[in-house]
Amino acid sequence: MYAALWRLVPGPWPVKLLAMVLLAAVVVAICFVWVFPAVAPLMPFNGNTVGQ
Amino acid sequence: MTQVRRAAGVLGELLITAGVLVLLFVVWQLWWTDVTAGREQARTVTSLEQQFDRSGLPDRPVVASGATGSAPSTSAPAPTARKDPLVTFSGVPKGKAFAIIRVPRYGSDYARPILQGTGTDILQQGVGHYVGTAMPGQVGNFAIAGHRTTYGRPFHDIDKLQRGDVVIIETKQDYFVYRVRRHTIVRPWQTDVIAPVPQHTGEQPSARWLTMTSCHPKYSAAYRYISFAKLAEKVPRGKGLPKSLLEVKG
Repeated sequence: MYAALWRLVPGPWPVKLLAMVLLAAVVVAICFVWVFPAVAPLMPFNGNTVGQ
Repeated sequence: MTQVRRAAGVLGELLITAGVLVLLFVVWQLWWTDVTAGREQARTVTSLEQQFDRSGLPDRPVVASGATGSAPSTSAPAPTARKDPLVTFSGVPKGKAFAIIRVPRYGSDYARPILQGTGTDILQQGVGHYVGTAMPGQVGNFAIAGHRTTYGRPFHDIDKLQRGDVVIIETKQDYFVYRVRRHTIVRPWQTDVIAPVPQHTGEQPSARWLTMTSCHPKYSAAYRYISFAKLAEKVPRGKGLPKSLLEVKG
């Protein structure tokens, strides 16, 4: 899977590496900004209040 | 055979990716939410302070500098809580920051905003006030909730509070100085801790309580750590906070 992605990215290997790092950074950013904040309230360890 | 091997390879990579994402979530939850929420809460405290400074005494007739003329002179003084002459509080809308909590035990610079309501989104922005419970300084129980871990963790050290420790609630007009009396650990559904007389549902309150709730143990939501404090004194905000209050002994 990742090998195929590596082959898919054009350019010499330093360029490929840079592209992969940037891609990873984008994935992390999407997770931090949108995915994780949406998932967090469903986790069972975030309650501080009494009642419902 | 090679196809099976290739499929196994892809599956392995997917599983590793999933593992990395879960770890990333842990990093985000335990570290990043503290960074962002801490920053945001500090900003809210600063703006609250400025707001309090500006409107030092509410309902003071605005002295118009120059010829603005139309200062609403005697219109609508803030509705006072009828049966409680000590404090005046008008309805605070949900999600609005209206007070600052200071706990010298957590450091003289510890200050967090208190917002109206206890929804998930509100508790990410600071300490939440249980709607329907008393307001700061009022007879009854001023009940607030805060995160023990994550999102700036305002009540991370709720278990470090000792009997006699000072908890200061700063409002537009006053510093309400509470002193910690006792703590308890309850189940999340035991709502009697925020009753007007804590743990005595249905009784008529005569004292001014402060109740802090947070989760317990850390990183779990199985129990709630509850700390009860009682109003010791009220200092007008204009006078400034006595330095002696900010010192912690023991």
